[in-house]
Amino acid sequence: MTAAPLIELRGVSKQFGATYDAAAQIGRAVSRRLGLARKNEIVRAVDQVDLAVARGEVVGLVGESGCGKSTIGRMIAGIMPPSAGTVRFKGDDIATLPPDRAREAKLKVQMIFQDPYASLNPRLRVEDIVGEAPLVHRLVKPADFDAYVDAQLRRAGLDPAWCRRYPHQFSGGQRQRIGIARALAVNPAFIVADEPISALDVSIQAQILNLFMDLRRDLDLTYLFISHDLGVVEHLSDRVLIMYLGRIVESAPAEEVFARPNHPYTQALLAEVPRIEARRRRFTAVRGEIPSPLAPPTGCHFHPRCPHAMPRCREQVPALREIAPGRSSACHLNDHA
Amino acid sequence: MTAPALDVRNLRTHFFIRAGVVKAVDDVSFTVARGEVLGLVGESGSGKSVTGFSIIGLVDPPGRIVDGAILYQSRDLTKLAESEMRTLRGNRIAMIFQDPMMTLNPVLRIDTQMIETVQAHARISHAEARSRARDALGMVGIPSPDERLAAYPHQLSGGMRQRVAIAIALLHRPDVLIADEPTTALDVTIQAQILAEVQTLAAAHGTALIWITHDLSVVAGIADRIAVMYAGRIVETGPVDMVLDTPLHPYTQGLIGSVPSRNRRGEKLRQIPGMTPNLLDLPAGCAFRTRCPRADVNCIREPPPSEPAQGRVVRCFHPLLAA
Repeated sequence: MTAAPLIELRGVSKQFGATYDAAAQIGRAVSRRLGLARKNEIVRAVDQVDLAVARGEVVGLVGESGCGKSTIGRMIAGIMPPSAGTVRFKGDDIATLPPDRAREAKLKVQMIFQDPYASLNPRLRVEDIVGEAPLVHRLVKPADFDAYVDAQLRRAGLDPAWCRRYPHQFSGGQRQRIGIARALAVNPAFIVADEPISALDVSIQAQILNLFMDLRRDLDLTYLFISHDLGVVEHLSDRVLIMYLGRIVESAPAEEVFARPNHPYTQALLAEVPRIEARRRRFTAVRGEIPSPLAPPTGCHFHPRCPHAMPRCREQVPALREIAPGRSSACHLNDHA
Repeated sequence: MTAPALDVRNLRTHFFIRAGVVKAVDDVSFTVARGEVLGLVGESGSGKSVTGFSIIGLVDPPGRIVDGAILYQSRDLTKLAESEMRTLRGNRIAMIFQDPMMTLNPVLRIDTQMIETVQAHARISHAEARSRARDALGMVGIPSPDERLAAYPHQLSGGMRQRVAIAIALLHRPDVLIADEPTTALDVTIQAQILAEVQTLAAAHGTALIWITHDLSVVAGIADRIAVMYAGRIVETGPVDMVLDTPLHPYTQGLIGSVPSRNRRGEKLRQIPGMTPNLLDLPAGCAFRTRCPRADVNCIREPPPSEPAQGRVVRCFHPLLAA
């Protein structure tokens, strides 16, 4: 028997109800009295997603804004409960574990955020940002606190002499290193990195990506790397998942997805990525806009923009099916092949 | 040879703040020809946006152009009175900004904003101005422009808003268009649409386009020539293929080398050591020397621009020689 995947999502969905301000709520209450009530507006940010990440794997999760990739990351990291479905860590459903074991499992999954300015408490010193969680969870004795923080900062490429400084005294790249040190301080096994380099300067991005690769090797980490930057994902990932409007449309080993994309959306996305090798090219455009997640198209969400759309695509949701060993795609076209 | 559409010479724009003088743009020179696309590349704080603001005359105190000339049709824009600049700005010289929510007035309908822009520079009737606005929206690929004219900015998506901003910038078919990271906030598929449209329009009208960005991949796809900025200076200029394939300045080489697609999958990326510099506390001489693998004692002096090959300029004592 093979070991259970480190992280597994089964039929996970997340819905958000529209929020109303006070005036809108009064308006709605009045219209309910008058019998004009409308159905609540619901955004299906994530819709029936299955996903498994094996130990030691780096999985890239790619999609455009609003496709639900960050929501998946947050549900895996335990910041947000799913509306339906289960999130399993080493085969255990976190929602049904006894509290002490659930806490242990959650501690093993940590998150690194996109914005290094918003994700650090501006009123805490770096030593407290990094050291508070290990102290609370009794991973370190108060007597060993300074030495522990020292080692954590050093590992993330920061000078331990800066441990009494505040976040505003650091540059963006250094702040992201603080965020990484904080996540790693509780000895996690799984890291959800949500666009960790998009807010950084170009010359700093490579430094942070290299740090990610070093840490993976040294600490035997597993990553879910969320990004809209396909070049970065291609470089780092073993496997790539492509999302469109709340659904995973393709899953494949990184080399194959970039060499032979299957889903029409993946093909369009890859064609539009500017590459340094492609000079004075003619840009063409995927037609149309990304539809509102409040009113996604019926059937396959991509059909209004798809050059190969058939009548069936409007009616039937294509399932994510295996098209070759290790490769899946959610497209009706594969039925004819 | 015809004169360039825009000729920037030894431009210096400094900001006088309490902590000292920030030399955001320090001795910057370049030209753009009619119909040419110049990619102005740099990281945050390199002075690329301030260069754009200087050209269009929108540098606010405590900033000020302290030296240099910006020649447009043999007039120096830095010497023009504000009233004269107003007749050019948005008319002959236009700019597209990064955040379309910032450039559009949120409480005015699209048609109000566009008609106002048309009538600011052309003495035509309201109806005529409206039809010109509608044509401009159609030109940038906005479907059903008549309905969009009656919309407010918040009713449009980000990509749609940026297209409205581009349509406004193009209303008077400017000779010079400055685009300051207009696609950075947009998704890949929307970015491609905008790039396609701007490319077509610049070619059709002979507009000189200055495309400001930090993204070398975007520049590779759209620019004819590249100017690379670092800490307020242009460190390297040249045709796009030459600069990207055989960079001369160590900083340019470092930037290109750190692009993931230029590295073997899964291997460590070549990285530039150190941090982007603080403009208040720049090293003397070459500002890049503290991060540069080729730096030596000479670099404490200011490297003068040299032209090692036709059309290529570099500011470095130890340029990488083209093989």
